[in-house]
Amino acid sequence: MTTVETPTPREMTVIYNRDDKIFRGIVTSGALTSLVVLGAIGLFLFLRGAQIFSDNGLNFLVGSNWTAGSEDGLIPNDFSIGPMLVGTIVVSIIALVVAFPLAIGGALYLEFYAPQVVRKPLVTLLDLAASIPSLIFGLWGVQIFSSFGERWATLLNDRLGFIPIFGVEFENFGRSPFIAGCVLASLIIPITTSVAREVYSRTPRDLVDTCYALGGSKWGAIRAVVIPYGRSGVIGGAMLGLGRALGETVAVYLLLNLVFRYNFRILESEGGNVASLIATKFGEATDYELQALVAAGFVLFLLTLVVNMTATTIVQRNTPRA
Amino acid sequence: MIATTTSAPAPQTPWSTSRPARVRAVSILAISGVAAAAIVLVTGLAGIDGWALTFFAISLTVAFVRTARIGAKERTDAIMRVIISSAAVVAFVPWLSIFGSVLLKGYSGVRINYFTQDMRTTVPDDFLEYGGAIHAIVGSLMMVLIATVITLPLGILSGIYLTEVRGRFTFLVRFVVQSMSGVPSIVAGLFVYTTYVYGTESFSAFAGALALAVLMLPTVARTAEEVLKLVPEDLRAAGYALGARQWRTALMVVLPTVRSGLTTAAILGVARVIGETAPLLLTSLSNSSLKFNPFDGPIASLPTYVFGYLQIGTEYAIARAWTGSLVLLAIVLMLFSLARRFGGKDER
Repeated sequence: MTTVETPTPREMTVIYNRDDKIFRGIVTSGALTSLVVLGAIGLFLFLRGAQIFSDNGLNFLVGSNWTAGSEDGLIPNDFSIGPMLVGTIVVSIIALVVAFPLAIGGALYLEFYAPQVVRKPLVTLLDLAASIPSLIFGLWGVQIFSSFGERWATLLNDRLGFIPIFGVEFENFGRSPFIAGCVLASLIIPITTSVAREVYSRTPRDLVDTCYALGGSKWGAIRAVVIPYGRSGVIGGAMLGLGRALGETVAVYLLLNLVFRYNFRILESEGGNVASLIATKFGEATDYELQALVAAGFVLFLLTLVVNMTATTIVQRNTPRA
Repeated sequence: MIATTTSAPAPQTPWSTSRPARVRAVSILAISGVAAAAIVLVTGLAGIDGWALTFFAISLTVAFVRTARIGAKERTDAIMRVIISSAAVVAFVPWLSIFGSVLLKGYSGVRINYFTQDMRTTVPDDFLEYGGAIHAIVGSLMMVLIATVITLPLGILSGIYLTEVRGRFTFLVRFVVQSMSGVPSIVAGLFVYTTYVYGTESFSAFAGALALAVLMLPTVARTAEEVLKLVPEDLRAAGYALGARQWRTALMVVLPTVRSGLTTAAILGVARVIGETAPLLLTSLSNSSLKFNPFDGPIASLPTYVFGYLQIGTEYAIARAWTGSLVLLAIVLMLFSLARRFGGKDER
């Protein structure tokens, strides 16, 4: 009797000749452009905003004034983005709080509940929604959604007004961070939902079937297997959504009145975020003010970069590369 | 020899919902819907959102009552089914509403002159028979074209790097491309402003295209990588076995097989940036006359056109903005279906 040994693949050694080296060099430098561009964005924004950072120091991040000085110097320049930073975070958090449960619901529905007939069209709709420009979300928010939003805001204020964040100073419920947050929520639901769906679809089928075989209900299987299995991936998806919400410009610009004041009352019709500040003030900014806007852009860049890198790390760790 | 024709047994699905059960489910939904409408009419709840809330409450109650005798586990299951389905509906409704409202409100402005005239001699609030958006459409296409010319080679190179060359920086490049896709669009605009526009003092289509390129690169690079990953390893091995060097294999064996996939990458990139407004507000500004020179001062684009006319706020200006977004959305949809068609080709 003979035993046939399966041959082990031999180690391949590659020797690149000159042509190959040139090719690899060109490709590598092409691939590194994105790295260079990303670095250049950070570097140039920092350099152009450096004057502001050295003039204002930490006050740039916490102060609440945006005053362009007069030319004779009687009114000094005073630029800081505290309220806008807070506004950015408040609006994004509202968006995330609204979007997250809906996105999870949407993903679970598409993966586990949707009948085959509607599933495909809905997935197409989801992909499409991810490519609707944010401008159109803003337009829709201003012209269509805001009347609904105002009604909900009035209701919230009426019933829950005793909680400080739902209180208002002026009973004018339009153009509030709440409404902007809701519109941003519908803006980030597509990305969050598709990441969540992707993650949920990778749940090992055996585990789910085991749940059913043990007499578990559908929700039982989802709770015991699907949700724990997809937890970190879903968090990554939510952070990708958060990153989008933090940097959103036009939708927020169209939906919020830019008011330079710390505002934690989400139903008050004032607010703004860093991105919309840049878009608003850019047109008639003096040279020094422009530097302040660039500095604000640098802060926004860092903020979103941190959020996105974290999200990317989480998502990549949970996406086995084929 | 015995001739047997055995047909594989059709898979049985005894657990799938039977027809009567489905009819029952649908009629319960319908009755709940009518009941919700009745409650909304009788009580002070307002509008379609009030109806939706009532419908949700009724569905929950029905789920609760129907499972009351079976057991706690089934009850939770039924209630969660209602909650998850409702969440999905709430998540999807805004998009449908967006598509619907853009279509309805933008439809009135779709006329021949919208695609043949610019706004040089027309005031924004003029009747919709006058003026158009050809300047914005041309401007947008021009910028997107330039951006594509810049990003497509870079994106493909980065895809080749990640799949063929697989050098030292593979992880880094992949990570940077991913993080770069999260750069806020306004930051891209600000970057081009500080580097290019500020130096040359010229707002132009080219500056706008540069900003769009920054936003487009990650999409193109990532799609190119995905597409190149689908090329079977055998093809490369065959190339090497024929004695081709790596560069020949990559350029002449691998790349041609994914031609339509790379087209998809470009299309997806274009779809990603065609609606970007914020960077253009800082780089190409806006203008009301048709022009074709990408270096010749401020130029209109569809997004800034919509944005600008919305800001003007008069009746016909807003109508123009809606029509502009209808055109924009139509372009995005067209690109999307193109991408699907091309994307399907390489997958065998």
